[in-house]
Amino acid sequence: MALAVGCRARPGKARDNKTGSWRVFKPIFDHEKCSKCGMCKTLCPEGCVHEDAEGLFNPDYSYCKGCGICAVECPKEAITMKLEEK
Amino acid sequence: MAEKTCELFDCGHRACGGCGAALAARLVTKAAGKDSIFVSSTGCMEVFSTPYPETAWKVPWIHSLFENAAAVASGIEAALKKQGRKEKIVIMAGDGATFDIGMICISGAFERGHDFTYICYDNEAYMNTGIQRSGATPYDASTTTSPAGKCSFGNKRPKKDMPAILAAHGAPYVATTSIAYPADLLQKVEKAIATPGPSYVQVHAPCCTGWGFEGEQTIAIAKLAIETGLWVNYEMIDGKITKVKKVVRKPVEEYLKTQKRFRHLFKPIRQDAEIAAIQAIADKNAEKYGIDIKLNKKE
Ligand SMILES: Cc1ncc(C[n+]2csc(CCOP(=O)(O)OP(=O)(O)O)c2C)c(N)n1
Ligand code: SF4
Ligand code: SF4
Ligand code: SF4
Ligand SMILES: [Mg+2]
Repeated sequence: MALAVGCRARPGKARDNKTGSWRVFKPIFDHEKCSKCGMCKTLCPEGCVHEDAEGLFNPDYSYCKGCGICAVECPKEAITMKLEEK
Repeated sequence: MAEKTCELFDCGHRACGGCGAALAARLVTKAAGKDSIFVSSTGCMEVFSTPYPETAWKVPWIHSLFENAAAVASGIEAALKKQGRKEKIVIMAGDGATFDIGMICISGAFERGHDFTYICYDNEAYMNTGIQRSGATPYDASTTTSPAGKCSFGNKRPKKDMPAILAAHGAPYVATTSIAYPADLLQKVEKAIATPGPSYVQVHAPCCTGWGFEGEQTIAIAKLAIETGLWVNYEMIDGKITKVKKVVRKPVEEYLKTQKRFRHLFKPIRQDAEIAAIQAIADKNAEKYGIDIKLNKKE
């Protein structure tokens, strides 16, 4: 691999690395229980939880590593971790 | 101005699932905003965010050596000043880089009074190289260079008081915070960046791999550190403590029990004297910083 001058890289190029493949447990978001507090989005170490136009929160499974922080911290217990079938 | 929506530390980085330092990077970049330049010392964050040719950073970012992030940041600050540029310089360095090997460069930079913000993400050991103790490792934590066993209860020395050392340099703004309190973290980083001169923010960032707990517990454990008084969130302006997070304190063992690095204090037999020594550290913190909320006992 040729190195760029200063080993520079395109900003955010890490997105090419789809860390969702690391996952063992998958967070399932129950929108019925959700109070839209946004805690899951704030605390996700991947920054992969997004709010859609209706204010609903969903993880981007391409990057979610299944760490379970969102499920433990959700005040409404709206997120459950399920063993992922692959 | 802080940007609350745009992620400047993006997905695809290779931190362990549940990594406290990765969350710290996300929050700090949010507070710093896009007109900032980051400097990282060698360590977990540098490694997991920038395996060439990938980078999770969407702000200009430079890797220094393990020991000289403060010197590299000093040079950038001097150059920008000369050019009349206004970008903010933020250092993101581990506790090993900060408390130990970087000390000379940090002391020099704070003495010269460069306008930058030094963030230490404190995971309390050298994690990137396999969990060796640092000056930030707490008393009795087992690491690969302070292993608990027949002859030892783990790390023998107390955690170094780095914020006090930098306050003694005349730093106008020094604060401690934790990933468990994102609003506090964002506010302190914004304030540190807005303060002219060298400022320091130390962020408690639990490490599931190095401390030995499940990644889902990262925030819960960071909260317990504060609730037991083993970590204190405070703010120092011109060397005076101006703000402290108060708590209804829990016994330290509630924190210790959650992590394998302290397992030897409970198994094979409970080490009451050692647990009492750690409780004494929390009690001393509580007194020094005045963190206790006194509950009125109802009869
Ligand atoms: C001069 C020098 N000595 C040793 C190393 C090897 N090394 C790389 S990272 C690291 C530890 C980093 O610890 P810390 O700053 O706490 O960051 P963490 O990995 O815990 O996030 C060490 C010892 C190095 N890169 N340079
Ligand atoms: S933390 Fe829970 S309640 Fe809050 S937005 Fe996320 S899913 Fe909804
Ligand atoms: S499981 Fe972890 S990585 Fe996945 S969305 Fe929740 S907090 Fe983010
Ligand atoms: S070893 Fe610790 S600090 Fe390093 S990436 Fe893993 S969880 Fe984060
Ligand atoms: Mg460290």
